This record gives sequence, structure tokens and C-alpha cells, in this order.
Amino acid sequence: MANYSTNEFRSGLKVLLDGDPCSILENEFVKPGKGQAFNRVKMRNLKTGRVWERTFKSGESLEGADVMDLDMEYLYTDGEFWHFMMTDGSFEQHAADAKAVADVIDWLKEQDVYTVTLFNGAALAVAAPNFVELEVTETDPGLKGDTAQGGTVMC
Amino acid sequence: MRLRARLYQQIRHFFEQRDVLEVETPLLGQAASTDVHLASLCVEAENQYLQTSPEFAMKRLLAAGSGAIYQICKSFRQGESGKRHNPEFTMLEWYRPGFDYLQLMAEVAELVNLLLGERSVRQLSYRDAFVAVLGVDPHRADADVLVGLAKRHTGYVADGDDVDTLLELLMSQVIEPTLGCNELTFIYDYPASQCALAKVAVDAQGAAVAQRFELYVEGVELANGYYELTDADEQLQRFMADLDERKRRGLVTLPADQKLLAALQSGMPDCAGVALGLDRLLMLMAGADSIRDVITFPTDLA
Repeated sequence: MANYSTNEFRSGLKVLLDGDPCSILENEFVKPGKGQAFNRVKMRNLKTGRVWERTFKSGESLEGADVMDLDMEYLYTDGEFWHFMMTDGSFEQHAADAKAVADVIDWLKEQDVYTVTLFNGAALAVAAPNFVELEVTETDPGLKGDTAQGGTVMC
Repeated sequence: MRLRARLYQQIRHFFEQRDVLEVETPLLGQAASTDVHLASLCVEAENQYLQTSPEFAMKRLLAAGSGAIYQICKSFRQGESGKRHNPEFTMLEWYRPGFDYLQLMAEVAELVNLLLGERSVRQLSYRDAFVAVLGVDPHRADADVLVGLAKRHTGYVADGDDVDTLLELLMSQVIEPTLGCNELTFIYDYPASQCALAKVAVDAQGAAVAQRFELYVEGVELANGYYELTDADEQLQRFMADLDERKRRGLVTLPADQKLLAALQSGMPDCAGVALGLDRLLMLMAGADSIRDVITFPTDLA
């Protein structure tokens, strides 16, 4: 992969830091009155989801990370892996482990399309679309007054 | 725009009352600043450089006997873009023959208080600022200690950096944001290794210090002043050291300003000088968060 210098760090750029793929969130140029310029960079570690803040000398570079967000249809789970298929007509399939689907596991529905993030070809994370239509199959009886109306009007 | 127009009027009035002459010097020059951390923009058709500050030309005027002078002008620094940086920006620079840097600090405070409203003024040595925030003496701390502090406070992974780079990191990332809260904070007596174009002296604790100061307001570095170096030989040595360092870092080597050296040789009066960023001052006056908000057409729209 190509190397990216601090002045190319844009929001959304994927780079490798300490071996983990990270997505740049913010990049701020900071320079003392005289002397070395720095870039204060906020990035999300795509493996752990944690936000890192690191400072680099301006002009330093990081290796780009081979990360791609692809649309894939959810097929099925075998208990260990969750299987997705590309929607581009290639029928290429990818298996995601429990960690990768942790955020969407309650929202997985067969044949719906999800965004699967691949890192070096392996599924790293799965994101749900903004809307998922699910059918209510079971619900507790509601309590009286538990409705959308009846709130106190605040002025 | 209105604020800027009024600001310039106030500044001109301030200097007129004090008998400081407004001057104009070229933005395009045959020589450029050799400062390792400044990148000049080269206008190739003319083989000339857009000036990173009007300093050299103004010093030539001083040597020619101009007396006290000031200038409001554009300056250019390649690659400096951010919330507080635009590659083309407006500077107020002035020189006071017969002043030392302490006297000049007092005048800077008067002007800024006039423009921003009265605030208390605090003067803090570079050493005391480091001791207060990080608990180390910057003139004595060794690299290992600074590497540890840099890692802890900024997540910076040092890579054979020299002490100055580490000090500059800690100053700009950790200390600066704490300075100038509801007051004008002047930091003075920088490490001699960061002397730029200031005189070097030995302070009361025996450390070699550069007689320069910076002004901070609300964590923003607003001005940078020197008790100016007047020794031509010393100036030549600093140029050469800069150019060696530029070569070592693989940066473009630039023509040192021979006309400045000649001017110093002929004799520049003992003086103090300061440069103040007017766009940043406007940011503070307008409560703006980004320099974009006070520039008519920022660089990407210029």
C-alpha cells in the first residue's frame, strides 16, 4: 500500500498504526511560534473501535491500510461464522466472526444488505443499514398510560 | 471585514502617536529565510521568494537609519494550513531602536490591551512555564525524560528526536493551551538553541537563553519578539548552521540574505522587534474558532 504523509491525512483515510487499521477522524496542524510543526491526529482503531489521539511531526507518513467498505447481503450463520455475499454479481462470499458482527447481531436479517468492512480481505466489521424492517413476533402487554401522548407540556 | 478595517485604523493611530513610521518593503525577495522550519514559496518566473516575514528588509531600513518603524503586510509560508494557519497571512511587525525585549513586551501589552480590552499581564520565563505544567527544567532536562513526557501527554512516539523538537512538541501541545487564560501571558528566555534571530545571554541560573518572547492569549500564540541580534558574524554563522541542517534534512538550500549581512556589517542600532499575527488577533476579537472566519477568501477559495 501507498504511504500517506500527514498533509494527506483526510477524514476517512485508512492507515496502519501499530499494525491496526485506523480511520482518520480529525487532523489538526499545530505549529509553535518557531520550530517544528506537528499534526495532532484523531483516529478510530477499526479493530477495537477505540479513538486514538496521536501527535506526529508534520511530514511524517503512515502506511495506508487495505480497508474496503463493501455492500454485502447476509446469507446465514453456521453458529461460528456469519456468511455474507457480494451484491456486485460476483457472488463472492465472506465469513465474519462473532466479533465482527457484534454490533449488528440483533439486526441481522437474511437477504438484507449490510456494509462489510474488509481488512486485508478478511471481514473486520459489519454495519447495519440505517433502517431495518423487522416483524414484531412477541411483545409484553403494555401498561395503561404507556403511550406517546399524555406527557407534560413544558414551556 | 469591518472589524479588520477598524483594527488597522487603531494600529496606525497607536503608532502615529508614538512616532513610529509606517514602511513598506518588498514581498518578493531574492533571498529567503534559512529557518529550517519555514518553507518559502518560490516564484519561479522571477526566481524570487515570497517573504516569510518582512524582517530582513526592515532590518536593512534600521541599519540605514530609519529609526522606529512598523509595517502591516502579507507574509507567506508554504504548507501552513490549519485552524490557526493560512499559507498567506497578515502580519504586523515593528522595531524599536533603543528598546530591549522587556520594554518591547510592555509596548506589545499596551497595544493588545487597547485592541482586545484590558486584561492583566503576566510574564513567565520558559523555564517557569515548563516547571509549572510539567515539573521539569527545560534547560537541563535530558532527552529521555522529555521522550517520556511526550509519550504520556501526546501519544507521540519519539524517533531519535533532538531535545529542541521534544521541547517544541511539549510547548505547543501541552503548555500553550494553558497559557493566556483571561490574561496576556508572555513567555520569555527560550533555550539558546531556539534563538532564531535573537541575542543570546546567560540567565540568573547560569543557562544560556535566547532573549526572545512570545505572547499567548487564550492559548493562541499571537506574537513573537526578539532582542535583535546585531552581530553580522554571528548572523552569518547562524545562516550557515541553518543551511547545513537543511542539507542534512534533505530540504532545499536557499540563498542566505547577503544584503542583510551587509546591513548588519554597516551597523544596525541596538533594538527589539516583534511580529504579531493580525488574523489571529481578529479571531480573538471576533471570538472566531478558525482563521477561515476572519480571512476574506481563505487559501482554498482564493
